[in-house]
This record gives sequence, C-alpha cells and structure tokens, in this order.
Amino acid sequence: MVIQANLTHFKTLNEQIRACPDADITVGCCTGQRYIASGMSGRRITVHGTPGNALGAYLDGCTIEVFGNAQDATGDTMNSGEIIIHGSCGDATGYGMRGGRILVEGDCGYRGGIHMKAYEGQLPVLVIGGQAGSFLGEYLAGGLIIVLGRGVGGLPPVSYFCGTGMHGGKIVLRCDEAPQGLPRQVLVSEATAADRAELLPHLEAYCRRFGGDAQALAAERYFVLTPNPEAGYKQLYTFN
Amino acid sequence: MLKEGQVRIPAGCAISGIFSRSGARTSGEAIIKSISTMHDRSNGLGGGFAGYGIYPEYADFYAFHVFYDTQAARDACEDFLEAHFDIVNLSKIPTRRHPRITDEPMIWRYFVNPLHVKLEASQLDEREYVARCVIRVNDQLEGAYIFSSGKNMGVFKASGYPEDVGAYYRLEEYSAYSWTCHGRYPTNTPGWWGGAHPFALLDWSVVHNGEISSYDANRRFIEMFGYKCNLLTDTEAITYIIDYLGRRQGLTLPEIAQVIAAPFWSTIESRPAEERARLTYLRNAFAPLLVTGPFSILVGFDGGLMALNDRLKLRSMVVGEKGDTVYIASEECAIRVIEPSLDRIWAPRGGEPVIVTLDKGGK
Amino acid sequence: MPIDFLYPEYEVIRNPGRCISCRICERQCANGVHLFDDKTKKMTADESKCVCCHRCVSLCPTRALKIVKTDHAFKENANWTGKAITEIYRQAGTGGMLLSSMGNPEPQPIYWDKILINASQVTNPPIDPLREPMETRTFLGKKPGHIERDAQGNIVPNLSPQLALDVPVMFSAMSYGSISYNSHAALARAAAALGTYYNTGEGGLHKDFYGYGPHTIVQVASGRFGVYKEYLEAGAAIEIKMGQGAKPGIGGHLPGLKVGPDISKTRMIPEGTDAISPAPHHDIYSIEDLRQLVYSLKEATGYQKPVFVKIAAVHNVAAIASGVARSGADVICIDGYRGGTGAAPTRIRDNVGIPVELALAAVDQRLRDEGIRGQVSIVAGGSIRNSADLLKAIALGADACYIATAALLALGCHLCRTCQAGKCNWGIATQRPDLVERLDPETGYQRLVNLVTAWDHELKEMMGGMGINSIEALRGNRLMLRGLGLTQKELDILGIKHAGE
Repeated sequence: MVIQANLTHFKTLNEQIRACPDADITVGCCTGQRYIASGMSGRRITVHGTPGNALGAYLDGCTIEVFGNAQDATGDTMNSGEIIIHGSCGDATGYGMRGGRILVEGDCGYRGGIHMKAYEGQLPVLVIGGQAGSFLGEYLAGGLIIVLGRGVGGLPPVSYFCGTGMHGGKIVLRCDEAPQGLPRQVLVSEATAADRAELLPHLEAYCRRFGGDAQALAAERYFVLTPNPEAGYKQLYTFN
Repeated sequence: MLKEGQVRIPAGCAISGIFSRSGARTSGEAIIKSISTMHDRSNGLGGGFAGYGIYPEYADFYAFHVFYDTQAARDACEDFLEAHFDIVNLSKIPTRRHPRITDEPMIWRYFVNPLHVKLEASQLDEREYVARCVIRVNDQLEGAYIFSSGKNMGVFKASGYPEDVGAYYRLEEYSAYSWTCHGRYPTNTPGWWGGAHPFALLDWSVVHNGEISSYDANRRFIEMFGYKCNLLTDTEAITYIIDYLGRRQGLTLPEIAQVIAAPFWSTIESRPAEERARLTYLRNAFAPLLVTGPFSILVGFDGGLMALNDRLKLRSMVVGEKGDTVYIASEECAIRVIEPSLDRIWAPRGGEPVIVTLDKGGK
Repeated sequence: MPIDFLYPEYEVIRNPGRCISCRICERQCANGVHLFDDKTKKMTADESKCVCCHRCVSLCPTRALKIVKTDHAFKENANWTGKAITEIYRQAGTGGMLLSSMGNPEPQPIYWDKILINASQVTNPPIDPLREPMETRTFLGKKPGHIERDAQGNIVPNLSPQLALDVPVMFSAMSYGSISYNSHAALARAAAALGTYYNTGEGGLHKDFYGYGPHTIVQVASGRFGVYKEYLEAGAAIEIKMGQGAKPGIGGHLPGLKVGPDISKTRMIPEGTDAISPAPHHDIYSIEDLRQLVYSLKEATGYQKPVFVKIAAVHNVAAIASGVARSGADVICIDGYRGGTGAAPTRIRDNVGIPVELALAAVDQRLRDEGIRGQVSIVAGGSIRNSADLLKAIALGADACYIATAALLALGCHLCRTCQAGKCNWGIATQRPDLVERLDPETGYQRLVNLVTAWDHELKEMMGGMGINSIEALRGNRLMLRGLGLTQKELDILGIKHAGE
C-alpha cells in the first residue's frame, strides 16, 4: 500500500501506517513527519522524501528504507531491524541502539552511534558511507560503528572527540592514517584479519544497497578504535 | 504574574531562513510554508519574521516598528521620536484579523532619520545615536517597545504559531531578498509580543533556537557598554554581543563566530601556529562573550545572513542551496517543502559559521 | 601514609559481660568489622570498617553491642570542621571526587518542619475518619479542559490515559542494580496490594515482575537500559527521567562489578560491563526535544500510557515545569535536593538544587498563573518523611507524592549512607546473593503495606480534623497551612500565611 504523506500531521500518518494491514508499506512525499514506524515490528516500510526526527525509534524488527535524507535521532533506542538510508542522516543517529543495523549511504551528523550497546545475541551496527560529525560513538558500550570515508580521500572520516567515554564496542574507520587527538579512553590499531572478517558482511550489505565491491572494500586500510581498559572510571571517585 | 523582562524565560524553537544571493525579492509565503512544517517545535507562544529589502522606497530611512500597550505610551514615544528624529512617514502596520492571534498591542511603523542638530550635538556616530535612542525608549518608556529599527528591513512578530503570525502581518504583501523566521517554544505564559523572535537592533536581527547557559555572564559584560537587556532573553543578549563585536569592535563575522562559539582549547592547540595564536587571542580577549549551551542562530544583516551553531552543535541545522538561493532551517523537511530539488544540502559543523552575502550588483 | 590516617568515625562498644562469642556479628557484617580471636577466644572489632548500619547491633542475641560516634576530635574549629578536614585528606590521598549515598544530610532548612496544619473549631465541624467516609483516591493525568458530547447529548469520555491511586503515595524510582531483587519484589507486591505504583528506575524491568505491570511505572533514562517495546508496554505509565534531586545535572554509573547475570538481562547489557547513564538524554538538548521524546513514547505505545517527566528541583524549576507541561507530558515529578540516591558526588548532592517544598509551591503557582495546571498532575518527592509532609505537599499543590528513602527504611535500611560500596548488610543496596537473601520479600512487602496504610490513616485523621473528607478538597488548599518562623519571602514563595495571620 502507498500512503502519500505530504503535509499530513505525524499522528494521522502513523495511525494510517499502524492501521494498514499490509506487510509492505510505501510512504510517499514525506515532509518531516516524526516517529515513523516507532516500536514497530514485522513490516517493510519504504519512505520517499524527508522523514522527520526519531524515525524508527524503539524499532523492533522492521525494515525501513529511506530514499532521501533522514533527520535527527534516527533509530533512537532501536532494538532490532534495519534502517537503510539512501542519503545522509542527522545528529544522534542510533542513540542507545541495542540491536539491528543502520546503513547510511552518505554522511552522519554529530553524535552518531552514541551509547550503543550490545546484549546477548544482539549487536547493533551503524555503517556510515561518508564521514561522521564530532562525538561519534561517545560512551560507546557495545556494537560496531563502521565509517567508510567515501569521498574523503583517505583522511580520517571523523571529527573531534571521537569515542569519548567509550567503554565497549568497536569503531572502524577506513583511512590511510590514524585519527589524531583521540581521547585517552580509546586505543587505536590497524585492522586485523579478524576485524576484516567481522566487517565483511556489513560491507556486503552496504555494497548491495548502494553499489561497490565489498571484497575490494574490505581489503583497504582500516583503523580500529577500542576502549582502553586502563582508562575506566574506577579512579574517579573516593568514598566519603 | 511577571512578564518577560521581569523574569527570565528559557525557550526552545524552530528557525528557518531564505536568502537570494542575486537579490531577487520574494514574498513571505515561502518562509511561512517552510516554518509551518516544523509546527511541533513551537508551542504557539511566539512567532516572528525578519525581511530584508522590504522597504526600497524608504531604503535610506530607519524603519522603526513599535508596540504600544497604551495610548499614553504612544504619545510619550512619539514625543521622544519627534525630539530626536525627522519622521518622514508614520502609519499603523497593516494586519488582518486572525482567530488565533489575540491580545494585540497597537503596532506602528515610522520611517525616520536622526535630527541633524541633535546628532551633531551628541557627537555620536549616526548608528550609535539611533541604537542609543532605541535602547532608551525600550528601557525607559513603559508600554512602548521598538522591536525593529534597521534600514530597508523589518521585523514582524507576535504571540502565536509562526504561520499564523505571518498571515496576521500579511507577509505575502512584502518582498525580501532575505527572510528569517522563528517559531518559539517558551516555557512561559502567552505573554508579551516583544518576547518573540527575531530580536533586532539597527539592521541586525537574530533568531535563535536553544537555551544558552552562559547568559548572565554574557549579559553582565555587555551591559557595561550601554546595552540594556530588558527582555532577559538569550536572543537579546546575542544580538547585543554581535552588535558590540561587529559594529563597535570591528570584528568580521567569522571572527565574531570564533568569539561566541570559540573552539575548544584542544581544538585550538591542533591548529597551525598563526591560527592558534589568533584564536587564542580572540578567545582570551573576549572571554566573557563565549556563549555556551545549545544554540543555533540566524543573524540577518544588511546584504547578508549568517548561520551559526554552538561549538558542540547541540541544536540541529541544515543548509541547502539551489541556484543562487540559500536555505537554512532546523530540519531538512522545512527546506524540502519549498525546494524539493536542491543542488546541495549539508549540516554545518558546530562553531563554523555559514555566511552568505549578496552578489556584487545584487539588491 | 601517616598523614592520611583517619581515626574511625564510630567505635564498636562491646559489653564483655554480655558477649557470648556466638560470632553472629562476625557473620552478619559484610564489612568485616567483627573478628573472633582464636587465642583469647574473644570477639574483637576493626571499627575503621564500620559504617554504622546497626546490623550487628540488631542481631546480637544478648544486646552486647552498640555503635557510638567517636569522641576523638580535631582541635575545635567552626570553619575547618573535622568533616572538612577529613574530606581534604581523602581527596589529597586519592585525587578522587568524593562519593556518597542517600539524601543530603546537611543541616539546611527543612520547610516541612516550619509549616503547620489547620484544624476545624466551632465554625465548621471536624470529621471522624474512622466512622465517616474519607476519600484519598487520586487520579493522575491530563484533565480534558473541554466537554465533548455525542449526537445524543451524552458526554464523550475524552480523558487522556489516567492512573488511579488508592493512596496518594507511590514508590519512586530505584533501579534494579542500585537496589536488590528482593527489594524490588517487596516494592512491586506492596504497590499492587496498596493500589498504587512502584517505579522500575532506569535499570529495566525483571521478567519476574512483568506480572506487576499494572502497578509499575517504567522509567526511560538517558542510558536507555532495558528499554524496548515490550518494556514500554508492560507498565501502567512511562516516566522520562530528566533529573534526580540528589544529583541534578549529572548522569549515573553502575560499576560493571554490580552487573551480574540477572542485572545484565534486565538492563540488556553484557555481564560485567559498566552501565553509564549520560548526564543528558542525547536526543534532548532543548524543550522542544522533550516533546519529541514524549511523543515518540506515546507513538510507540499507541497513546495508551500516561507519560511522566521527572525533573530535579533546580533554580528555574517553575519555568521548566511550564515547558514540560506544554510538551505533552501527563505528569510532572519534582524531585527535591534532599532526595536519596545509590551514589552521588558529595558536592553535588549537598550543593545543587533546591528544597522540594519551595519548588513544588513555585511550580503549582506558575502553572495556575498560566492557566495550565489542569494539563498535568504534579508528583512531589525528595524527602517526604511522614504523613504530615505528605499532607503539606498536597496542600501546597501536589497531586501525589513519591517516597523512596522512607520505603527503604521500612525494608530495614538504617541510613548508613554507604550504598555506593554495594555491601548493604540489610540486603537492600547490594547484589551479593548472600546479602540479598537477608531481605525477605514477604516481610518487606508487609512492612511497606503497614507503613503506607499507617500514613493513609494519619492523612485521613488530619484531613478530618480540617473538615475535609476528600483529597481533592485538600489539594492546593494552602489556606490550611501556616508558616512558623519563616521570612516574608519564604512565605511568599510557599504562598502561605504566617501562623497567627
């Protein structure tokens, strides 16, 4: 079923989506309507236009594909499912995400993948094709963030304060040199064969959606950011 | 119940701007459509617009837009204006009745120039003279408030949702090469119209989203230089800071941005020596004007527009381009709704200003 | 090292004539204070480890023990007190921020104690609550503001989702992790038995307690621990935690050490990993973003659950509450600066925020001034210690109160303020299985029911005394209050008159 969003209020649009019996729903002419597919499971939702903030919040097993750019807080507290963005996304993408995958063809705003966490079989994955804004993976507790730096010419595809307060998970950056000025909670190393093997399925998913050769991409140079176990918060306090 | 100016009222918001580099003037309809898509970022307690290039027939006169609570306030203000300015035209600002715009004050417009003799006697630069007169009215004349005082530009604002405010002021009848707009989400009463954005002084106008945490440090510093922060709003303080740094200290807009959204020391230290020295100097010399906390602002001025995010980029802002027109808004949908096929769209980094000006020969 | 020597704050006094060396104290003390000396066959004590929790005292079969504050002292100094000096030593020795637990213990004014309650004499009659109807049922949620009728002229029930409380007291947020499984079990059962609600805190909801969902408020905090669709739908209401009275403006940190298998499942994070709650919600940097989170939760749960927003009482609380009221929230919870916590930096706990009495009065008045008091209910917390505090809060304008420290006291807490150590001898603020099992949920539940039932009786007695037989007539009825020994400014903020006026 196709629902034309145009200037419909988000509450009306989301009611229409929830009420629609189809497993496959297309939202056309989206104009900033918020919370599309929030908490939803078992559907496939295609969005044309510009979905509003908190797209796929608490997502629980849906697939959302956006032809256009996504705004802020995409996949907020997402539990499972997949969000595919043929474009870029705004700030705080994948905040507190626990599972599922977000594929962003282009760039990601500030605070991408902030406080992502893994749990049992769930491993949240955020793949950013272009570059990411400051504070990527702040407080990262688990999961995998991949930044491919397409169009950045081999420079680190991240900005300031990448991985601040990181205490779990992994950030992988495709670049020719390690990023400078990383916080002390972060260790940097070149990608190992095991890292590349971990990347591969996500690179394949990325290339399947947006084009490119996953094998060739996996063979390129990557730097891996992991938390430094020596730099936790234990030393911060004294009992009073 | 205390009104704005007697108590400080934090507010959140939506902003939008349209700027034509070629100087092509368009009506207010597009900007109204743009802001209306972000309805949920406002709460109906304030909306407003600034348009540049709207008064070509009076381009050499300061256009004062004034709210009056009472006839007595109007009489007092007009006495003051007559004593200090040559008033070449005065009229009510045209409005249309609107079911959701209520409690309107009297809204008047004056095109003026300083009285030559008074200006000479004051020994002030003309713009300083005008600024002081505006501040004096707003500070001292109870019930009168000059909310717009630039040349060939004007601010239109009220308590209400911005799309309703635009309709109320009949903005479809004005043409501007630069429009900015604001939908307000204050944490207060449907109080006073003066508290809405844009806030303006001379040809500066500022719309702002966010609540700054440095407010009183900034205010107490800026008030040393003759400004009076009557509204206790962030926007008012930011406008005065920009006026002080730009008009009185002669800083360029990028330099102003480097003062109010100064990079972190760790970032400054990573820059080449010369730039590091300059950034260190600016941050140190104007330390009390560092603005912290979330903000995204649009600063309108004669012939240009600046967009700036706080250095942590705590508010969202996107910029789009199509031909020679530049669009800036809190959310991408507010741009797409008026221009679906953009040449380029991007989110500027925190603390890095986007400055657009008229092409040569534009206007 | 000698500079850092701090003389123990408490001394363990053992009456040798009574001590039978049964070694119960030794087994009961998780801090390892008591030791049996094999040579002398006598009990000894290392008082440097004592936190003054009274576990040993309470369980000593011969009442041979007492804990007293040491009279060892620094040279008297009204400015540099012994406390100030030892804190310097602690920080100079470690470089750490001072960390403490439970509510602010400093001797700052407690306004509840300077407010007096009215009673009827002659001009209208008091009511006897034991024999006449006396109602304390409360509904929390947005009131409609306008009446709708259908074609037949019948009133359309256009109420937003509401919570019904049989007593105007709820148990406020304490996460599983900060307190034990058995504590949660007791709170959940008690809430259900009392017809009220308990709050999961930010640690998710244990599978075992989903059955108490209709009496559960599920919390969404900045760490989003355990937050997913099923969780949001499990509770009767959803609370967004923006702040906490004990530590406004900062986040939280549950050390990985406390994240065992069970907590890992409930928080939905791996075992042994730190659970860090950021200071802000990173999707809320401005008031319009709060609206975004409120509505994302409403959208995710089909507009079936009231959404609470909990804020710490800070300077600008009235304006903030006004913004919250306009954000779509159904209930605003205001947490005063004396509220408890499992761990907070001492300086923040004791210096940041304002008393709930002033915050509540300011918020209620502000919302009335703006004509939007009906759009939200107000819940006050942050040290409600007894039924008189509760009554005063309601008369100042609260719809209901949150209690937590009082509830923990009912469960056996002795306010030793050492929760951060995770070795709570009473089985409350700990995850050590041997300690947790000391708290019997059955006893705990009964004691919580006893406490709230007793308060409800007292509340009714006091209401009856004023000639009020329904809680609605008490709410915001500030004429029933008078201040004692307060300045005019304080009276103005509280919106009450001075005694005798």
